[in-house]
Amino acid sequence: MYPARFEYFVPTTLDEALEILGRYDDGDAKVLAGGMSLIPVMKLRFATPRAIVDINRIGGLDTLAEEGGQLRIGALVRHKTCEQSELLKGKYGALGDAAPQISDPIVRNLGTVAGSLAHADPQGDWASVMLAVHAEVVVRGTAGERTIPIDELFEGPFTTSLAPNEVVTEVRVPDPGAHAGGTYLKLERKVGDFATAGVAVHVSMSNGTVERAGIALTGVGPTNIRAAAAEEALTGHALDDDAIDEVSRLAAEAAQPRADLRGTEEYKRNAIRVLTARGLRKVKEGRS
Amino acid sequence: MITETKPTTHQIAVTVNGAEHSLEVEPRLLLVHLLREKLGLTGTHVGCDTTSCGACTVLVDGVPIKSCTHFAVQVDGREVKTVEGLKQGADLHPIQVGFKEEHGLQCGFCTPGMMLVTSVLLEENPDPTEEEIRWAISGNICRCTGYQNIVKAVQWAAKNMGESA
Repeated sequence: MYPARFEYFVPTTLDEALEILGRYDDGDAKVLAGGMSLIPVMKLRFATPRAIVDINRIGGLDTLAEEGGQLRIGALVRHKTCEQSELLKGKYGALGDAAPQISDPIVRNLGTVAGSLAHADPQGDWASVMLAVHAEVVVRGTAGERTIPIDELFEGPFTTSLAPNEVVTEVRVPDPGAHAGGTYLKLERKVGDFATAGVAVHVSMSNGTVERAGIALTGVGPTNIRAAAAEEALTGHALDDDAIDEVSRLAAEAAQPRADLRGTEEYKRNAIRVLTARGLRKVKEGRS
Repeated sequence: MITETKPTTHQIAVTVNGAEHSLEVEPRLLLVHLLREKLGLTGTHVGCDTTSCGACTVLVDGVPIKSCTHFAVQVDGREVKTVEGLKQGADLHPIQVGFKEEHGLQCGFCTPGMMLVTSVLLEENPDPTEEEIRWAISGNICRCTGYQNIVKAVQWAAKNMGESA
């Protein structure tokens, strides 16, 4: 399969990339990072951009570090780097646990966290993780830089609030404090398949109770879904069996699954309930 | 605003299996087609053509990637290694010998990708467990062997490369 013809640009600075993007009408130019979603959709001709702006040779976009009370994930940080990072454990465990579950090992060598968010596939794993940890996305456009809270990024399947000529430069995760933990659990038929269902959980604890909770769902709606009622029900409670049962039930209620070849609505909803409970128990055990 | 997209080409310099090439490529040319059709290196296979099967795996600067999902123009200035680059002079690489000795292939279509991924695994982890081997090859699909003999082939290579080192 060949993509439709396009012009290829390989800028070495972000300013140069933005200048090139600015030359094209809305949606006519696409940013290439890992290419693990963009190139397949171009080959299928679901996307036929007239220009590709390859950002892989722009320096300074591959930072993965904790600085000034937040975790910074640059636009060119690959899934593989996250998988191997010592930083993405403990309080950032939701990220570290998700990374090795993304697609397959070869795809993880190139695919990026930021690219996954910008692609906004409702079956993408990172979006749920970033909802759970209350991340924000830093973007640059010709008008300057702005920060988008993760809850305002996803508008629909493969649709974000990014302007067509904006580039995601960084994902930022606020420091959840020392008494925090999380995980990501995914039900998939085989390595490399999209999630049948997935759940990211993340909690910050204070004096034995949950101070802040993040629970988000993959593959069971038009976008990744924040299970807000479940989060609320957990806040202020200990991570005990009763709370976990109730919160898992509420998470399942928040799911909007559709039957497909991966399973029925009922099956997926139940998977969300089970994964939420398992995730919360895992976080509880990891903390005790 | 630009109103028309013309098929422009780019000049790229790429080292493939140690040999330098200067090539003119259209941006939409996929790396796998550059290797197979322009350089005649048909050891790299097109399997699913949808980033799923790993038959087209090559190493770019030592990192396994799926060459059906990479534009040739992206490897300008990079080093590419294909299965043809595994052999050492006239001798087969121990990984190739392992696949032969342990019958790690039947139709052979997935084998180039399997062996290249194995070469990176054994560089990073010379004595992998079975689980680590299965994890490492999990991006490569085999429809013949059931993977058992591929795992044995990797174990054979690990053992023999360890002894010769």
